[in-house]
Amino acid sequence: MTAPIIVTLTVNGEPVNRAVEPRLTLADFLRDELGLKGTHVGCEHGVCGACTVHLNGATVRGCLTFAVQCEGAEVETVEGGTDSGRLKDLQDEFVARNALQCGYCTPGMLLSAAELLEQNPAPSRDEIREHLSGNYCRCTGYQAIVDAIETTARKRVELER
Amino acid sequence: MYEFNYHRPGSVDEAVGLISEDAKILAGGQSLLPTMKLRLAQPSDMIDLAGIPGLSDISVDGSTVTIGATATHASVAASSAVAGAIPALAKLASGIGDAQVRNMGTMGGSVANADPAADYPAALVGLGATVHTNSRTVAADDFFTGIFETDLAENEIVTKVSFPVPQAAAYVKFANPASRYAIVGVFVAKTADGVRVAVTGAGGSVFRASDMEAALNGNFSASSLDGIAVASDDLNSDLHASADYRAHLVSVMAKRAVQAAGG
Repeated sequence: MTAPIIVTLTVNGEPVNRAVEPRLTLADFLRDELGLKGTHVGCEHGVCGACTVHLNGATVRGCLTFAVQCEGAEVETVEGGTDSGRLKDLQDEFVARNALQCGYCTPGMLLSAAELLEQNPAPSRDEIREHLSGNYCRCTGYQAIVDAIETTARKRVELER
Repeated sequence: MYEFNYHRPGSVDEAVGLISEDAKILAGGQSLLPTMKLRLAQPSDMIDLAGIPGLSDISVDGSTVTIGATATHASVAASSAVAGAIPALAKLASGIGDAQVRNMGTMGGSVANADPAADYPAALVGLGATVHTNSRTVAADDFFTGIFETDLAENEIVTKVSFPVPQAAAYVKFANPASRYAIVGVFVAKTADGVRVAVTGAGGSVFRASDMEAALNGNFSASSLDGIAVASDDLNSDLHASADYRAHLVSVMAKRAVQAAGG
């Protein structure tokens, strides 16, 4: 075994300091070291997007990032976005629109959608689909997911008026 | 995944000093980690460039756009300076992979990996860019030498890439709908020294379509490319597209790129 590395980072607003094996991925670190099982592991080689988390505010694949690369970083998972309420309107709309069946892809979908709406408050359906191109859903098709994100965007814009 | 030692050098010189026979340079890791997970690579040591100050800088000075090795695709795509100087380059970066890949993947990683279907090599060769390493500069035309092969020596690290600002340019690709890799991508640039046409995804490595360049030097218009096609003999053939279809796509993408560049 190679020497463990101390990594210091912030996860969902809480400081974290752990010794980890260099080969430990961020997704496995979150799930197995911190017990944050909302970050799902699907394909484990960078295709499905189930492991999507926010690293310094941007979506990344937890399975294609080593925990040791996150030194000094701020990581937010679906648990953090839920506790802070940042994802609440998206989550409510996913429920209302039946935008999930098994729910495996949903944490990643929510975090990708949150990033999109921060960058582009009024995306077109094509832009929504494009931004979700790294997140696979194998249950619903994407129609209801796009509906939910589109509706969330519209409601946010209306709220600001 | 096999185990490895992890290093986080604070300077390029320190990083170069850490290179050993089975070491790998880690930038964004978006190609390297999948390769390691498939056990196609087993580095003894990973040298992470993320801690090196200034290596991700993006700058524009009149006639040159310079992009640091660890600048992410997302940062290039979002850079108003890049979009102002070479809009085709910013647009190309915005179409690499997906959002998660663009947030981690880097210019230097893409260039050093030299994937035959990657987008950036087309921009480097199409614009006549210069690759800067810790020890020298290399013209893009001489940098990409084969399938996942470059002119880089064992103890060399890409530090930045500088792009001359063209008069006009555009990149159009026929993307794999799942991965967004270029099944065929064509970068066309109109420069003071003539037109350059670079093709990615079609062959083992990015290449220039010299017949198309000659025709476009005569008249920078899509119709100049009527009847001009690249030979399919050496092109890739796989489950996504046959060599003949790729040759056809090169002409179609080249015409669209010329039109997008105002021709």
